[in-house]
Amino acid sequence: MVEAVQASMQLAPWLAQGQTVFVAIHILGVACFAYIVAKRLVPMVRAERDFRFDHPFARLGKVLKFWLGQWKHPRYKTAGVMHILIFAGFILLAMRAFAVLIVGVSPGFVMPGLGGGTGHIYEILTDYAATVVFLCMIFAIVRRLVFKPARYEVPAKFGKAHKADAIFLLVLIAVLMLADSLFEATKAAAQVQTDQAIHFAAAFSLPWLLKVILVSASLATLGKLCFAGYLAHEVTFYFLLCYRPFGIQFHVETSLFNVYFSKLNRGTLKPVKWGVSDEQLAQVKSIGVKTFEDFTWKHMLDFYSCADCGRCSDNCPANAAGRPLSPRFLTIKARDYAFQRYPMFGKAGNGTPLIGKLYSADEIWSCTTCGACEEECPLLVEYIDKIVDLRRGMIDDGNVPQSLQKPLKALESRGNPYGKMEKKKGDWARNEEFQQLCHIKTLDKKNGADTLYFVDSITAFDDRMQSIARATAKILDHVGENFGILGAAEKDSGHEVRRFGEETLFMALRDHNIEAIKSSGVKKIVTADPHAYNALKHDYKDLPPVKHISQVIARGVESGAIKFDPLENSDNVYTYHDPCYLGRHNQVYDDPRAVLDAIPGLKRVEMRRSRDRSFCCGGGGLMLFYEPKEEQRIGVMRVQMAAEAGANVIVTACPFCMVNIEDAIKVAGLEGKMTAVDLAELAEQQLAREVTPAGVEEISELQPVGTTGR
Amino acid sequence: MEILVCVRSVPDTSDNEIALNGNGTDIQRDELVYSVNEPDNYAVEEALQIVAKLGGSVTVATVGTDEDEEVLRREMAMGADHGVLLADQAFANSDGRGIAAILKSFVKKGHYDLVLTGVQAEDGAAQVGGMLAAMLDYPFASLVNSIEVFDGSKLKVSREIEGGNKEISEIDLPCVLSIQTGINEPRYVGMRGIRAVASVPVPTYGLAELGVERESVGPAAAKVKRVDYFVPTMGNGAEMLSGSREENAERVLELLAAKGGLK
Repeated sequence: MVEAVQASMQLAPWLAQGQTVFVAIHILGVACFAYIVAKRLVPMVRAERDFRFDHPFARLGKVLKFWLGQWKHPRYKTAGVMHILIFAGFILLAMRAFAVLIVGVSPGFVMPGLGGGTGHIYEILTDYAATVVFLCMIFAIVRRLVFKPARYEVPAKFGKAHKADAIFLLVLIAVLMLADSLFEATKAAAQVQTDQAIHFAAAFSLPWLLKVILVSASLATLGKLCFAGYLAHEVTFYFLLCYRPFGIQFHVETSLFNVYFSKLNRGTLKPVKWGVSDEQLAQVKSIGVKTFEDFTWKHMLDFYSCADCGRCSDNCPANAAGRPLSPRFLTIKARDYAFQRYPMFGKAGNGTPLIGKLYSADEIWSCTTCGACEEECPLLVEYIDKIVDLRRGMIDDGNVPQSLQKPLKALESRGNPYGKMEKKKGDWARNEEFQQLCHIKTLDKKNGADTLYFVDSITAFDDRMQSIARATAKILDHVGENFGILGAAEKDSGHEVRRFGEETLFMALRDHNIEAIKSSGVKKIVTADPHAYNALKHDYKDLPPVKHISQVIARGVESGAIKFDPLENSDNVYTYHDPCYLGRHNQVYDDPRAVLDAIPGLKRVEMRRSRDRSFCCGGGGLMLFYEPKEEQRIGVMRVQMAAEAGANVIVTACPFCMVNIEDAIKVAGLEGKMTAVDLAELAEQQLAREVTPAGVEEISELQPVGTTGR
Repeated sequence: MEILVCVRSVPDTSDNEIALNGNGTDIQRDELVYSVNEPDNYAVEEALQIVAKLGGSVTVATVGTDEDEEVLRREMAMGADHGVLLADQAFANSDGRGIAAILKSFVKKGHYDLVLTGVQAEDGAAQVGGMLAAMLDYPFASLVNSIEVFDGSKLKVSREIEGGNKEISEIDLPCVLSIQTGINEPRYVGMRGIRAVASVPVPTYGLAELGVERESVGPAAAKVKRVDYFVPTMGNGAEMLSGSREENAERVLELLAAKGGLK
């Protein structure tokens, strides 16, 4: 405390002459920032509602993990570690920055709690923090100029490069650190000269270095430098504060809120309109996002918060395959639009439809909703809800590609996208060979069961995928499950119908299925289709618990109910492809792997992109009908990743992945070298079928026949 | 411009498996789902686009039963301003000429500058449009795949001819056109759109309201009578492939290669 007072005594005359200027800058800076923020809030006030005020503890938990804990950052090592250092530096420096600002007005000010020993420790920490941030800025500038990471590039179709702005902001922060350090150094140098108690300047820190340089300078020079350092710090501080809301660094202010208000429930979609029930929806004039103000306030906050780091697009399969979608620019374009439409001075411009202007229809249909972008975003920016809201708007306007209209119409009239007759839904179980092994009950009022096997359209109708249905049924039978199917009463789960924005049709399918499931009286549901799994689990309400078949098999392996025979051909190398709606959206990563590892003799490798960084197969459901504009197939890229990993068998656990991967194997020219198999098919094939008691009797009866010659 | 589009409800070929009934009098209709005849959607879309440019209104009409109100609602959800159901017990089992006669009476009741039909009904014979034009003494152009209005009283229409070329014709209004698929991209209509027009009244006109002569409609007036449905017997040289999808594909390749179809 004594030293702090002494230091401030030194400061007082140095800074006194600028006090009026400092106060003026303070007032101007704060006023400008307040004005800019108020202007940025205007569209958010006009935006759609979004209910994000529940579960404060869960939200605080997210803040601790993703904001303070910087959880996502190490996924990109260089940039991530650098960001963690800068973030930590900023957090440490925040209080010092405020204290320094106040010191200009009231030189004797000491932040409460930061006098004495604590103050010294804090000063040492902040000296290092400023140094680390400064060095990070230098490194970041060099990285931008020399190493040029590919994900920062701006493709010509999305406008001009953002490099100059990014570097300008980095330089400003470096200047801020330098000014802060100079200010600290002059104080320390003066104390050395006036023989006061040594003011700490942490060894080898930036202030320390400046102190060493300045230690022999005259007090008058130090005074001028202190003044200059202070002024530079203050001006840069306020300039940054007011400049950040115009670009990529606004996240410094918004990230805390963006993380706090981020989505809590994975796998779900936002309602069409918050606070409007399904029944009321028919009365709503327009649904979905058509103009900018149709976005919710949180989605606008997402736009403001994006740091332009490019991690989303770096992981986006649609972007990788050359489809017209880049999640990064979905956000950046919206932000630029918002800034243009809501200028700092003058009235807001007129709203124009977004589709056809800001976004192309193809761009919005290109998304497979795989969730890779959201998984990666350090700021928890949401994409799927926005894409689906934009699609809802297009559906409402009738702007739907012809290739999607047919399956949608068939879903409406027949309950499946293929337009197949309802009565054929159970045909896969009527295969003669199969019927001898396994008899499948069709559930109705008279025929009940504990478990429902929800097959869903593709597995029930597609010739190839029916094999997955039969394998699933045999496994359920093997573990002694009392199960049945809904047959003709089962309509498409509507998972993709909903994700393609056709909410009304989805609600009709959902309501029908809920009714059918409830009247069947089952206590559990099993499915082999991750899309159906996600729909039943998250999009439907009040259903019995739902399991994916991979979970059933894994539990069977654990309990010993399922044992596997060794592989016949142990030369094969297997790799597991995580389906998006089993992995990323529902975090089932380990069960399928555990099942594979339980098969004796199975060699398994991981692909470069697996688990939560899995690379989508190309998209399921209605995406199979959509004809995207792309340079190459997403599935082909995936199959090549498997080949790179040294695998020749791709195991997946989703019928849509199977369609895409099997096609991709042919397109990639890997036929004969690579095969694909569903986890249920492989598990069923390897099931060690213990001889049943009846079978044992048969054998023991047979033996005497041979021996006695009867 | 006032435009009338004649639409029909047909069993949707993509959502049904069409099979004959046992005695060859009809197809099996028990589990069929019906929808708007596809070319009619293109006709409605074209009408909507013309009206969006030039103003006016679009009316859709169908000759059918109460159940066919659904297809009218679907077209109204697309944007048609009015829907009219032309239904009467006496209309049942009319042939193409009978349907044309009913439509003619309806056209006479209003003032339409342009009458559109789909190029043909998926279960029909592409005859109503031409006969309707003749009965009205209007000019008729068929297989139209583009329309351009000029002078306010004339149209330039085109149809595709051999080799992907277009033939352009001029036609005076009022006229009847049969619209080919591919002229535009019909907008999507979902359940929500249909619900939104659920309460818009759709008037039904019968024999009396339309002033149709009883003798000109129904089975008695039909000059073309359907006598039988049958599955053609397999001719010589036909080979049915009955393996799995892969086997069939392979066999087709073999056959094509063997007969010189693949080079």
